[in-house]
Amino acid sequence: MKTSMKLMATTCLTLTATMAVSDGHMADEMTIVSWGGAYSSSQQNAYHTPYMEMTGVNIINDESSAEAVAKLRAMNEAGNVTWDVVDVVASDAIRLCDEGLALEIDADEQLAPGDDGSTASEDFGDLLVSDCFIPQIVYSTTVGYRTDLVGDTAPTDICALFDTETYPGQRSLEKRPINNMEWALLCDGVAKDDVYDVLETEEGQAQAFAKLDTIKDSVVWWSAGADTPQLLADGEVIMGSTYNGRLFSLIEEQKQPVAMLWDAQVFDLDGWIIPTGLTPEREARALDYVRFATDTQRLADQSKYIAYGPARQSSAPLVSTHAELGIEMAPHMPTDPANATNTFLYNYEWWADYRDDLDAKFQAWLSQ
Amino acid sequence: MTEVLAADGRPLKASLNRALRRQKLRALALIAPLLIFILVSFVMPIADMLFRSVENEIVADTLPRTVMALEEWDADSGDVPGEAVFDALYTDMALANEYKTHTRLGSRLNYELTGISSLFRKSGRRVGRFDTDVYTDAFQDADPAYSDPAQWATWMADDTIRANLPITADTYDAWAQMIVEAEGDVPAEEEPWDFVYTALYQDATAGADLPIGVDLSGIEPVSLSAQFADVDEDWLDPEVWQTIKIYSPEYTNGYFLNSVDLLKGSDGIEARPESEQIYVTLFIRTMIMSLSIMGMCVLLGYPIAWLLANLKDSTANLLMILVLLPFWTSLLVRTSAWKVLLQQQGVINDVLVWIGLVADDGRLQLINNQTGTIIAMTHILLPFMILPLYSVMKTIPPSYLRAAKSLGATDWTAFWRVYFPQSIPGIGAGCILVFILSIGYYITPELVGGTKGVFISNRIAYHISSSLNWGLAAALGTILLAVVLLLYWVYDRIVGIDNVKLGG
Repeated sequence: MKTSMKLMATTCLTLTATMAVSDGHMADEMTIVSWGGAYSSSQQNAYHTPYMEMTGVNIINDESSAEAVAKLRAMNEAGNVTWDVVDVVASDAIRLCDEGLALEIDADEQLAPGDDGSTASEDFGDLLVSDCFIPQIVYSTTVGYRTDLVGDTAPTDICALFDTETYPGQRSLEKRPINNMEWALLCDGVAKDDVYDVLETEEGQAQAFAKLDTIKDSVVWWSAGADTPQLLADGEVIMGSTYNGRLFSLIEEQKQPVAMLWDAQVFDLDGWIIPTGLTPEREARALDYVRFATDTQRLADQSKYIAYGPARQSSAPLVSTHAELGIEMAPHMPTDPANATNTFLYNYEWWADYRDDLDAKFQAWLSQ
Repeated sequence: MTEVLAADGRPLKASLNRALRRQKLRALALIAPLLIFILVSFVMPIADMLFRSVENEIVADTLPRTVMALEEWDADSGDVPGEAVFDALYTDMALANEYKTHTRLGSRLNYELTGISSLFRKSGRRVGRFDTDVYTDAFQDADPAYSDPAQWATWMADDTIRANLPITADTYDAWAQMIVEAEGDVPAEEEPWDFVYTALYQDATAGADLPIGVDLSGIEPVSLSAQFADVDEDWLDPEVWQTIKIYSPEYTNGYFLNSVDLLKGSDGIEARPESEQIYVTLFIRTMIMSLSIMGMCVLLGYPIAWLLANLKDSTANLLMILVLLPFWTSLLVRTSAWKVLLQQQGVINDVLVWIGLVADDGRLQLINNQTGTIIAMTHILLPFMILPLYSVMKTIPPSYLRAAKSLGATDWTAFWRVYFPQSIPGIGAGCILVFILSIGYYITPELVGGTKGVFISNRIAYHISSSLNWGLAAALGTILLAVVLLLYWVYDRIVGIDNVKLGG
């Protein structure tokens, strides 16, 4: 009898506890979704901690950004959105906006003006690529190479990827058409401004695949951002594409014999969206957080922890030194003039249209 | 023949049935919680997901008037549809833009025809700024009653006027519903939008009597097809309209066709261009590789299971822990460990180079191809083969083998004729487990499979989480499920499912 009473009591307690946990949206809690790893900790340091201190709101981190679009769609269909603010790349923000899953933002009204007196829309400028997207960082996909394995002449331009004679060995590229198709055309003599016009045609696509064919046998295809740094560190590949922040930590923090090839780096954006379907209180709090986290000082602060460029023009002069290594961060920014002599602008609208089609072709080409 | 009666005087048969029924009900009540749980959390979500492979209501839901108007249009004519279709599209698009559903439809149709996504996005943005405001101005200048929201509401409540102005009535209703649902306002207090006046103009030019007569002869008609073409030339491309028409029914077999490398052309089903064919190859590859993994597991697992079943208990326990230990390790850790071992600068290649079996510049390619997938998956799935084999072998009495040998059989004959047939139920169970698990795997093939070692499940995962083409993912999943059920049926016919044992 005593045991069964105890059992009942425990069950009741557990049940109450579970219910309390599942009702995770008490007035002072919000769930912020991001990519995890060094990137999330830079956000924790630059945004979350000061915000929690300022407002007393408790921020819960969720590392689901890679599946954010699918999960948000599922949550929306189930009518139970448990996320408050989500960190996504610009192309995903466009998708979410298209699907009606992200809230439209009026930049000038809902975001903080720049410290230099500019309005938010002037400060972010062209980076406001979608009505729902609140830009945070500029990152780039660029190529890193092993300084000890490339011989006497270090590569200086992107076409080293396709030059298997001068640089024999494996290279790693992302397992998707984006960036690879553009680089292939650039190295096949297509002018930078014409790349997307050429890629729109069947012949242009065939041309890009033909160029990729020349190195197909010596490519390791990656699908996780950590792959290329790992492959470079192991000496498994002599060069490979990845995000510039990953290469920064490989070179500066782990001191590997790797160097960056900034040539034809492809700029991309990462930022916040707020899901639709939140209660008015949660929505107001999410907007308040985003307004705080994307002001001039906060964006500049983030670059102390990771080598990604702040999305506001007004933040650039405030970029200082790395919090632990103490080195100047400005020269490691993809937007630094010395690194940005030859950059490639990734065309979001174009890829939103052609992604499904080209991905099918790319996968078919891979499996041939 | 007299009926046998039970003690209470009822026929025995009925009484027995009653008792049995009560027992059955009790049994059902006992399993009811689990049954309901499985129905709600397993069967229903899967059924819902599979249903998406044919569901296609989004087109008719988003563009109802356009779909109706398109019925008159001949898709094979090669002409652009007439002005009536564009009139319908204008109303649909203006409404969809407020509900924010036009872009969703755009990404749906973009799976079928590249470019529709941005076409819809652009058109939604511009549709509110079409030149149709000339109609609005004309009506409102002619009589102020036309700008009075309350007057509009009165007109639209009058059945004679509604019958007189069919297009306007339909458009006004849809507009009023949108004002309530999307804007949260009261229709009787809001001035109708341009597209309602456009509908009124269309009714008027069709000869309908207006509530208050207006002379419309001075107005230059606005061509809506020209307005749409001004946003994007693609609206004058018959292919766009063909796609909308082909995908306008509520249900479609398009996803299934796509998942077997076919497509719906304007004149029936045709093969996809060769550069886009991928799924059939992947299905076949998934089957062949899963069978090889299953075969490898039998070859490697059988001797181990035999050892486990026949060694001294203490040794067998130690061996069992060795089998189970990797089973308890995270999948990602094990897969990454295989990367370290198998890559070209990895442990195995280093050892081979060191003992001189392989030249330093001719290191073996053991990962990022089918070999990598087969090695890593065999390792991961091996316990699923060993455990059922072990539990079946444990039940085979060792005395049978001794008896066979004492009757003069050689070691091989004793094993092959006496022991092996008794272990077949274990092989069957292990094979089914390993095969079914391996066709659904996608993390390991993604990490170690390179380009030639990935499975159909990798594409399903891609369409679920990246491309958001859930219809296609559902169709691929349904086919995979059907293939598994088919193989299960074949297995049942050949081996017999009663011959599968997980133990005892």
